[in-house]
Amino acid sequence: MSYLLDLFSIAAIVAGAVFYLAGTVGLLRFPDAYNRLHALTKADNLGLVLVVIGLLPQVDGVLTGLKLLLVWLLVMLSSAAVAQLIARSVRRREKRP
Amino acid sequence: MADFLQSAGAFVVLMVAVGLVRVARGPGRADRMMAAQLLGSGATGALLLFGAASGESAVYDVALTLALLSAFASIAFVKFALRQDQLDDGEDAA
Repeated sequence: MSYLLDLFSIAAIVAGAVFYLAGTVGLLRFPDAYNRLHALTKADNLGLVLVVIGLLPQVDGVLTGLKLLLVWLLVMLSSAAVAQLIARSVRRREKRP
Repeated sequence: MADFLQSAGAFVVLMVAVGLVRVARGPGRADRMMAAQLLGSGATGALLLFGAASGESAVYDVALTLALLSAFASIAFVKFALRQDQLDDGEDAA
């Protein structure tokens, strides 16, 4: 059973690392600010979510698991808000004469 | 398992370091801020991985604080950019 859980953790964390890689490549290669923002706030957060899911079977105690979920919720909420705010700031700058 | 978690964390840190090239290249202020945002979410993930690898649960609190700080950094940036735009309205500033 613990072998299976380890396998699940490894699969989820490797997938998360791949999404981190995708986020970095997107941030470096995408042509304009909106695309880069997209790569950053979506791909990168999916990476974090997968890492959290992979770590959940590894932690000891319910409280630690809840803390991991709290980190995930906080990052999710803040990046959703920040994506809108930064996109609005870029757009305001573009629209100026 | 600890070895795997450690190397996964190191990989994420490497990705964040590569992403910081965007800070140097720009071109806009928002692009530089995005690299800082990448540092926030990437380092949060790496800290979680390192915390699980070492079994030190205090590291999770550090990750939580870092996530909070990076959110505040971005909000401060947006407020700053808004004020700058209002200050030099009409002028062209990149």
